[in-house]
Amino acid sequence: MNAYHKLTKEDVEYLKSITAPERVYFEEEIEYDYHHDEMPDFGTFPPEVVVLALSTEEVSAVMKYAWENNIPVTPRGAGTGLAGGCVPLYGGILLSLEKMNKILEWNLDNMTVVVEPGVLVMELANAAIEQGVFYPPEPGEKTASIGGNVMTNAGGMKAVGYGVTRSYVVDMEAVMPDGSVMQFGSNVVKNTSGYDVKDLIIGSEGTLCIATKLRMRVITQPKYSNTLLVPYGSLEECLGTVPKFIRSDLNPAAIEYMPHSLIEEAAKYLNKIMPHRTANSYLILMFDGQTEEDVERRCDEAAKICLESGAEDVFLCNTDERKDAVWTVRGSALEALKASSPDMDECDIVVPRNRIVDFSHFADQLMEKYGIRISIQGHAGDGNMHIQLMKDDMDKELFLKRGPLLMNELYEKAKELDGQVSGEHGIGHARVEALENHMGDRMITLYRAIKNAFDEKNILNPGKIIRLK
Amino acid sequence: MKIVACIKQVPGTSQVEIDETTGSLKRDGVPAKINPYDLYALEIALQLKERFGGTVTAVTMGPNQAEVMMREAFMMGVDNAYVFTDRTFAGADVLATSYTLAQGIKSVCGDFDLIVCGKQTTDGDTAQVGPSISEWLQIPCTAWVTEIGEVEDGKITVAQDFVDVRQKARLTMPCLITVEKDICTPRLPSYKLKAASADKKVEMITFAEFLDQDSSHYGSNGSATSVERIFPPEGRGGQQWMTKDMDTTAEEMAGIFIGRKYI
Repeated sequence: MNAYHKLTKEDVEYLKSITAPERVYFEEEIEYDYHHDEMPDFGTFPPEVVVLALSTEEVSAVMKYAWENNIPVTPRGAGTGLAGGCVPLYGGILLSLEKMNKILEWNLDNMTVVVEPGVLVMELANAAIEQGVFYPPEPGEKTASIGGNVMTNAGGMKAVGYGVTRSYVVDMEAVMPDGSVMQFGSNVVKNTSGYDVKDLIIGSEGTLCIATKLRMRVITQPKYSNTLLVPYGSLEECLGTVPKFIRSDLNPAAIEYMPHSLIEEAAKYLNKIMPHRTANSYLILMFDGQTEEDVERRCDEAAKICLESGAEDVFLCNTDERKDAVWTVRGSALEALKASSPDMDECDIVVPRNRIVDFSHFADQLMEKYGIRISIQGHAGDGNMHIQLMKDDMDKELFLKRGPLLMNELYEKAKELDGQVSGEHGIGHARVEALENHMGDRMITLYRAIKNAFDEKNILNPGKIIRLK
Repeated sequence: MKIVACIKQVPGTSQVEIDETTGSLKRDGVPAKINPYDLYALEIALQLKERFGGTVTAVTMGPNQAEVMMREAFMMGVDNAYVFTDRTFAGADVLATSYTLAQGIKSVCGDFDLIVCGKQTTDGDTAQVGPSISEWLQIPCTAWVTEIGEVEDGKITVAQDFVDVRQKARLTMPCLITVEKDICTPRLPSYKLKAASADKKVEMITFAEFLDQDSSHYGSNGSATSVERIFPPEGRGGQQWMTKDMDTTAEEMAGIFIGRKYI
């Protein structure tokens, strides 16, 4: 790999000439926010220049220049990632798509909407409601951008019932590392015409190309939705209930897990009070449907399953106030954890849904072995747990030494249980090593070949997902 | 301790149409729920029962459909439920509503120690029904209670928070309080209690069972006021005044422009 070209004033002037002077920031004009994502704990990296693009043409012109001059480019959406996917490891150009934030075209005959990548998830979700339709993917971070969601194949709480972001991408316009503009996927329902490159790009974390327009699928809006809050005396009973829902025909939209400790932290640090907070473990279930009777019937049957599985009780949230009370606490989990400890490390390992109990037990043992507090919560219905290692008052050096060892054991256990390194946060640069260990040489060689096919100069988001030899 | 909680069924959404001739809300076909403010009243009543023993009786005035709400009150732990329902009660304003509730409580609830109401409803919004009930019953009343203190020697101590003053009051029971939002975290309806209360009956009480049989005291006949017209407030023509200092104003304006995607 040739050394990357360092940007000069002349380069910056050129970038200004193909975009706009007021949308190009250089050196001390660059805000610190562009050095990191939501996990600065994984390191902060200053870009040499930040360009805020407004159009496909601008993205294409920037990439063409970067390609010709061997400048690394890091695409960035809202910067809410949790794996360092949008931080410029090698400096160069940080190409922000945050201003490409227009919803371009609704087509309710085909139930699709075309958006620019900088549209926020919550903006799309709200706009869909205004159109009388539904965009289901709901990652915890609602201020994330659609572009970022597609590039990390974001999941979120409703993935159990509605699937992950991938299920909602119809086609995309994308700028290749050399600046050429291509179309991936097609606005058709069936397609066996060649390799499905679109599905390869989804989840590629901006390492293959930059999506500049996305046609997303929307679905019929559910008219009714109830939530159940289910307290359990033990983790085993709590998580042990999950496979029973997977087997049932009740089709929950969400199956979330929260331990008692996290509910107390949300109360202590954020004053967000769960309506019930004395039990050891909680499941939060959501049921959506088109009629009140259908939703009530499924809630009744779900309550029966929970009580037969050892739940202390089952509580019904059937009004906006009650649902908000529960989901606000669930949604504040990461914020509460961040408030509870000066530093933390995190991962979002995913295991088969019937192995979560085994995995949680293993994590508990590591907590004792390493003396590090571990918080486990998350999408029980997907087997996708969010695991945080909390530094608390441990010496920082010791935490930085022990933390990775503990993480490695978690990753090894995940592999043993047929799990994966990340369920939805992605690899970024933070989990590159874990991915290499997990996938093995043959797979990483294949990954490198794929990367090479798109970006033989390795200028687009280098150092993410894979390291080149 | 014998506690009565007054609750009301209100529209489950804010998208409710108004009947232009009667000025009443069109409730048919609109999903209904317990008035959110009343959940705090129910919770306080249930917490007092847990502390001192006794019973919680939920009462409401409304159509037969209110039975659904009362079943939910059972799921929260209420012991008895009465729906005061009769054509005679229809079209009531604050005066007639509070009279009906007071008469209903007198007629079927027997002796009680405390009546707990929510601060107001989300549909009527007057915040007057609770205190008016206490007037009809000639019992002490404190509104907007934010904390329940000691209960001893037939008296209950409560606190109210005003902007810069906190007022404590000790009331002789029987008495009535209306409780503020956020005085507590209302419990959720429980499926265990649903099963346990499956055989319980929601008592539907009609005018015939009321002590005062003068129908001119109830419903539209007993009302001192009537709604002439309900309408949304006029818009302000899109103007927005910004009167803070220049930096704050600039930031706010930028925020608005970004929010509307002008920049």
